[in-house]
Amino acid sequence: MADTSHGTGGLPFDEKKRSIPGEVNIFFALILIVVIFEVLGQVLPYMDNQSFLFDTRDRFDSIFNEARLRIIILQVSIIGIIALGVTQVIISGGIDLSSGPLVGATAMIVMSFAQTEFVNGNPNPKAVFGEWAFDLPVLIPVLVGLAFGAFIGAINGSLIAYTRIPPFIATLGMFLICRGIAQAWTRGKPVSFPTEGYAALGKGMMPVFWFIGLAFLLHVIMRYTIHGKHTYAIGSNEDAARMSGINVQRHKVRVYMIASMLAAFAAVILSSKNLTAQSGMGIFYELYAIAMAVIGGVSLTGGRGSIIGTVLGAMVFGVIQSGFTYVKLDAFFQLMAMGAIIISAVVLDKYRQERAAARS
Amino acid sequence: MTDIILETKGLTKHYGGVHALNDADFVLRKGEHVAIMGDNGAGKSTFVRQITGVEQRTSGEVIFDGKPVHFSGPIDAREAGIETVFQTLALADHLDVPDNLFLGREKTKFDWLGPFRFLDYKAMRKDTMGALEKTGVKIPNIRNTIERMSGGQRQCVAIARTASFASKLTIMDEPTAALGVQETAQVENIIRSLKEQGEPLILISHNMRQVMDLVDRIIVFRRGRIVANLRKEETDGQDVVAYITGAKTGAEYAGAA
Repeated sequence: MADTSHGTGGLPFDEKKRSIPGEVNIFFALILIVVIFEVLGQVLPYMDNQSFLFDTRDRFDSIFNEARLRIIILQVSIIGIIALGVTQVIISGGIDLSSGPLVGATAMIVMSFAQTEFVNGNPNPKAVFGEWAFDLPVLIPVLVGLAFGAFIGAINGSLIAYTRIPPFIATLGMFLICRGIAQAWTRGKPVSFPTEGYAALGKGMMPVFWFIGLAFLLHVIMRYTIHGKHTYAIGSNEDAARMSGINVQRHKVRVYMIASMLAAFAAVILSSKNLTAQSGMGIFYELYAIAMAVIGGVSLTGGRGSIIGTVLGAMVFGVIQSGFTYVKLDAFFQLMAMGAIIISAVVLDKYRQERAAARS
Repeated sequence: MTDIILETKGLTKHYGGVHALNDADFVLRKGEHVAIMGDNGAGKSTFVRQITGVEQRTSGEVIFDGKPVHFSGPIDAREAGIETVFQTLALADHLDVPDNLFLGREKTKFDWLGPFRFLDYKAMRKDTMGALEKTGVKIPNIRNTIERMSGGQRQCVAIARTASFASKLTIMDEPTAALGVQETAQVENIIRSLKEQGEPLILISHNMRQVMDLVDRIIVFRRGRIVANLRKEETDGQDVVAYITGAKTGAEYAGAA
């Protein structure tokens, strides 16, 4: 009996007052944006009757424009992996600005452990280490990357948890440190020519599979495990969490470690996909990742949001970017429009929360 | 001896030169409900904070459940069996009722997963319903988040949370201070159900009617000292007010304040 009814005391429960999950709204927003671009494609005089979503020139077996869909999801996958980690940081009431430069630094370091000895029969011209570091099994660079991410995340988390400096400052410092590491590693020279095994990690549509797999994993963690519940609790009311016996400090370290390990893994996939690592990799990624989470309904004040929301936010992000290119909007206008969209997403969310609070 | 759950001997707390609490001797028996009254700054909250380990006492002894104790923090005290409902509610607004009830002591499955062990939502929901029914708390939908609830419902959840765990002593610091008439009645019902279950309670309150309705004994604090220890049957509102304002001082406490 207890599990079928909603509450106690026989009070009436009005099903209509039940709130719609925020994810549903984002999903409809996603569809709306696709429709807008589809209509724009038909209406704009210079568009030549192209379709945003559908295959109008019989290039593919299905009715959809597979090439465009593929590019959209491929574009968002790597930043999306970072956004998964950033989501749990923001839900815990923090912020992580260091993920973009961490991608650059990790890519440089990891690639140095993934080089082949010979390129087309010639010695590798970009070799970083000596003989011992050539043709290592693919697991080694991946583990080095994850370990580096965990290390940086542990520093971020410890600074925030134990010295109680604001997350913004701690990760801003780490932002610069990581950018410095990335440049110091080879004095700015790119690192290239990975082993075949390493190159396979990010080949073709692999980034998408990693993104989907990790999104599923993080969704389960945030929704069904004690780590997730405590992350929400800390973001919602840190004092209450502490009074309830949750080890808030240790938990925060873990949250930042997971976020940085995901960013490091994104660096592995990105450098594998590009077959090269440059110190400038990942510029703006931290901001795009935060934007994906925010568009997906993750509240910057903590306690609210979900992985499903962030995945949808990433899709919105990708569709908008692709759509702007589709309607031939110049890149600088794209940036401006993107900024406006992020601001409106937060304003809309705030408005919706306030209305919901007033109704109850 | 065995029926005493909490005893303090000469409990004292100084903040620098301010003597917030002086030589408080206090005894609470099992199943007994005691109210602590007194003016603002009389030392009521200070007294409670020393017991629950929120602050460290200057001197004196606290004996809980037969053993001298020295809690290093509220979590320590809770583990020993003292549950406190704080004036500022320790609830997470974005979580629902079972989440809050079980915060920090969730029921889990697959415990070998460590920090990633799974929550047993079903068991927690079932126990939540049981706990709410036991305490008579009425909440239309336990899966609503706390932020969507009224002040009274929040307070009830906070109290149900302390009452739903096998605690040895419950302390409430002005639980109805910010509530309306109906909500206050609901909280009072919970306190009555605690009495029926024989759970001891320390209630800090300014509400004379409420105190007279609910408790067995009234302790009055004035200027950091206990000035009266009154059985409810032997006193009335005017009498208590006389002690609070300092017009009267209990015989056994003569010369104290």
